[in-house]
Amino acid sequence: MSLLEIKGLGVTLGEHRALNHVDLSIDRGEIVTIVGPNGSGKSTLLKAIIGAVPTDAGTITRAKGLRIGYVPQKLHIDPALPMTVRRFLSLPKRRGTNEVRAALAEAGAPDLADRQMADLSGGQFQRVLLARAVLERPDLLLLDEATQGLDQIGSANFYRQIETLSAQTGCAVLMVSHELHVVMSASDRVVCLNGHVCCHGTPEIVASAPEYRALFGSGTQGALALYRHQHDHGHDDGNDPARAPELPRGHAHTPDCNHAAKHDDSIPEANQ
Amino acid sequence: MTLLDDFALRAALAGLGVALAAAPLGCFVVWRRMAYFGDATAHAAILGVAISLAFSLPVFPAVLAVALIMALTVSALTDRGHGLDTILGVLAHSALALGLVAVSFLQGVRIDLMAYLFGDILAVTRGDLAVIWGGAAAIWALLYARWGALLTATISPDLAYASGINPKREARILTLALALVVAVAIKVVGVLLISALLLIPAATARRFAHTPEAMAGIAAGIGAISAFGGLAFSFIYDTPSGPSIVCIAAGLFCVASIFGVIRRST
Repeated sequence: MSLLEIKGLGVTLGEHRALNHVDLSIDRGEIVTIVGPNGSGKSTLLKAIIGAVPTDAGTITRAKGLRIGYVPQKLHIDPALPMTVRRFLSLPKRRGTNEVRAALAEAGAPDLADRQMADLSGGQFQRVLLARAVLERPDLLLLDEATQGLDQIGSANFYRQIETLSAQTGCAVLMVSHELHVVMSASDRVVCLNGHVCCHGTPEIVASAPEYRALFGSGTQGALALYRHQHDHGHDDGNDPARAPELPRGHAHTPDCNHAAKHDDSIPEANQ
Repeated sequence: MTLLDDFALRAALAGLGVALAAAPLGCFVVWRRMAYFGDATAHAAILGVAISLAFSLPVFPAVLAVALIMALTVSALTDRGHGLDTILGVLAHSALALGLVAVSFLQGVRIDLMAYLFGDILAVTRGDLAVIWGGAAAIWALLYARWGALLTATISPDLAYASGINPKREARILTLALALVVAVAIKVVGVLLISALLLIPAATARRFAHTPEAMAGIAAGIGAISAFGGLAFSFIYDTPSGPSIVCIAAGLFCVASIFGVIRRST
């Protein structure tokens, strides 16, 4: 069975319907990336998986004894809180010195154990967060835009580290990323999210899917179009007519529309 | 025990107990930016005093109950994301005003309001001592048992959830501990200065600590020095004990700050 099985998930944050009828399953050892515009519910989905936001529909089934390592999008440690890297890695469970050293090395950040968290650079900080997730010996690693604030080389290195880690330990990875070039090369599967699952499949399939192109544009295979996309492409959940203008090619989503089947049909065309 | 007949010794023990109880909790107040939260809870305590006098109840449980209700109300409002600063300000001062008015309505009861506002450590009885040290022990036990979870939840609620910790539960534990420290400290420093005793030693300790545990320990030491120093001052110059203790703590904070500035510039 899969590590994680999400069926018909719905999440409402305040007045805003953040996620609607999301289906997703992760298998052992897989690297799955979630892409989608700002406010499309990517972070919310990860938070729902760790139980940090209440869900109001659907189910999240974890494999028995599933261990999750979570690397948050950003973490600010108040300067009033003195915290060495070593101490941080021992939260909430106490870890041995050797264990801490090994995890830091695995995350590509050796020799940081005695530094103060507040003094770390952005890249070092993210690697320490990764080391903390690694200490859980996770079956599933959740990364929420873990390379935010890193330069291109830094983030490429970071993702290489993730790939190595996944290959070595066999842990599955579910990550949110804005860096499509990385996504397309490193992922086994890509899920395109915009409140609901627009389309999913291998990177090639998703890159050529019409829903994905509607979101990210098509001129550069989507790689550079991220910041030019239109949010309202008629792919709304239908609950809020004001936000979902009827675009000529769009359709309103309902619980019954079967995207997976539709996309499967569209693959041969797209590849031609 | 004849030793405890000496009022000076009782006062010293009471001051030490409150300082030790307040120090680790004060660190969380600093880390989580709950200063105003502490104020609101402490100020509500005067309402507890009024209730205990009106119904001839013992002071400790009445104050604990009212402080707890206030703390839970405030944390419920925080969860819903209301304009926190304003609401806390409104609640803190309304509770204080309401308590003061309620006390003035009590006829036939002659109480020294100053004792509850600023503390009257010289009137500490053996029973008070038992309450203070019992409360301090309870707070330490609570914080010790949940230390890792409390710290994780303080750093990031999301990291806490991912580790199977419910940060809301941890926040309630802190709320409970805060109400306890208010009920314990009212006799020693009075409602107006309880937050000062929480904040100042913790803020002073920050400069010297590299880990959260060290900060809590150093804060406890600074709190104890302040309590003893303030008491001595209060004996010698016949000043109210609560403000005297806080003055010493503030003095230590200034010295530490100057020391920090000098160390950084050399």
